[in-house]
Amino acid sequence: MISKVERTVEPVPVMDTGSASAQRLTWRTMFYVLVILGALVSMVPFFWTVISSGKAINELYRYPPTFWPENPQFIENYQEIWDKFPFDRWFINSFYVTFMALLGTIISSTLVAYGFARFRVPGREIFFGITLATIMLPVEVTLIPTYLLFKEFGWINTFHPLIIPAWFGGGAFNIFLMRQFIMGIPYDLDEAAKLDGASSWRILWQIIVPLCKPAIATVATLGFIAQWNSFLYPLIFLNSEEKYVVAVGLRYLQTAVTQGSAVVSRPQDHLLMGASLMVAAPCLILFFLGQRYFIQGIVTTGIKG
Amino acid sequence: MAITTSPSLPAARSSRVSRMRRSEIIEGILYLSPWIIGFTVFVAGPLLASIFMSFTKYNVLRPPVFVGLDNFVYAFTKDDLFLPSIWRTFYYALLLVPLGMIGSLFVAILLNQKLIATTIWRTLYFLPTLTPLVAAALLWRWMLNPDVGLVNYLLAKVGIEGPGWLNSTTWAIPSLVIMGLWASVGGSRMIIFLAGLQDVPAELLESAEIDGAGTWAKFWNVTLPLISPTIFFNLVLGVIFALRTFEVAFIATNGGPARATWFISLHIYQNAFVSFDMGYASALSWVFFIIISGLTFLQFKLSGQWVFYQGERKE
Repeated sequence: MISKVERTVEPVPVMDTGSASAQRLTWRTMFYVLVILGALVSMVPFFWTVISSGKAINELYRYPPTFWPENPQFIENYQEIWDKFPFDRWFINSFYVTFMALLGTIISSTLVAYGFARFRVPGREIFFGITLATIMLPVEVTLIPTYLLFKEFGWINTFHPLIIPAWFGGGAFNIFLMRQFIMGIPYDLDEAAKLDGASSWRILWQIIVPLCKPAIATVATLGFIAQWNSFLYPLIFLNSEEKYVVAVGLRYLQTAVTQGSAVVSRPQDHLLMGASLMVAAPCLILFFLGQRYFIQGIVTTGIKG
Repeated sequence: MAITTSPSLPAARSSRVSRMRRSEIIEGILYLSPWIIGFTVFVAGPLLASIFMSFTKYNVLRPPVFVGLDNFVYAFTKDDLFLPSIWRTFYYALLLVPLGMIGSLFVAILLNQKLIATTIWRTLYFLPTLTPLVAAALLWRWMLNPDVGLVNYLLAKVGIEGPGWLNSTTWAIPSLVIMGLWASVGGSRMIIFLAGLQDVPAELLESAEIDGAGTWAKFWNVTLPLISPTIFFNLVLGVIFALRTFEVAFIATNGGPARATWFISLHIYQNAFVSFDMGYASALSWVFFIIISGLTFLQFKLSGQWVFYQGERKE
């Protein structure tokens, strides 16, 4: 999969007359201009946020804006964010929730995908079809009863609503991804192990899982981003400041710095910008580390559409 | 891997085989059981419960009261915010989806050229997608600040007086569309297009060129039909995603100014988790769900007309 994305189309041979190559050069140049322009649009909001996050408050609201802080105070500003808001707590919460949910997702989606891929259970195809259909189900429809159910369990303002569902299947999308991968592993390997007397449990852990490492890495990378960025669920289920995850904490910070509060007396967008960058940072770093798996996962699911 | 059904076997062995078959079924169900439980408790159960709740009045504190179709009647006749929120959501989707599709396809075509350092470009285009939507909304709120924002500053440089963006009732939705585009054009949709483009056989393009087709004709008559399944996949998911937009509007404008960005998702959220009018909110979410399913179904119906599958044989 990945090699396909890396591959670029071979240039069609063109007769090497002067005008043709001049024309090609113009095209080339135009392509590069467009590509660079697009990349700039992608990156400028980040640069602008970085610059803003290091400005002093009176410089921040000045017109025309400055393109580099006159008296850079990055360290002071970021220090202020950590002093005024329990970001350390929120980061720990986010990492904890993400890790626990991810662990559940990986384990349970592997088990379920193995079940779908290797066992002829009556009604399997229909159930798998229903599973795929749930990918398109908007959460809004199930959200209210789910909220009431979790309330009944006493799970409001705990991390359980964000973690426990992940242990029961890990999401249709991940089941699909893992199943596709397991189906690609030759069944002969299972058969041979079975003849040697291995149980299906042993086959799973000693043959299937080691061969599934790339797929597991994909589920882990995509899952991390999804968990880290998830907003609606934590917004609804967490209601005390010390339980917030970073996305909801950022919302809290926004309300505090734009509407004024006990800790901040007037709009302080530089704090908001710094905090936004901190919240985004783990995903950006992870992407650089796991880019390969990331793109592979997206491509696998897209092709089957 | 298609597993064929076991051929008929001599009677002597059939009991052993059926025992094996039975244990295969039991083991299979065991492996599937996390999802069977999860699906029942977190998907099917709530789905059924919300149908039931949509016919009740329920404010969490008192037990639900059956009210028949009252919630639905109220939504369509008395709730001044509901229908406008639907049209507004459609308007947003109508701007975002076509622009986003064309944008992603365009970027994919650019990145499919033989460029230096393709990976770096792809990474740069992808980064906005990774930004948590809450953070992205805040970044853009600041970029689009009418007084000191970068966008209006640059517009002023070229002699255009920038609008009030998120503070203007006319420009608030287009502003959210800009945010939505930034956060999605270079993302997974583009990667899927890129993979689709790379599956177009080079021989076909070459032979079209030999037949005298120009760049545009090649794109229109060869590439586009061949990537139509990819376009369809992205379109279906893009429409669902656009209609469900919540975070950007919630963070960047909170539905304002003057309800200009009060989308259906915000209306449901407000009724459910601010007013705790759970019965009514369930009814709204079902109307919303039916709209989304209807549109998805329609797209599948229409797809036969324009989606071309390479493996498919026309009778």
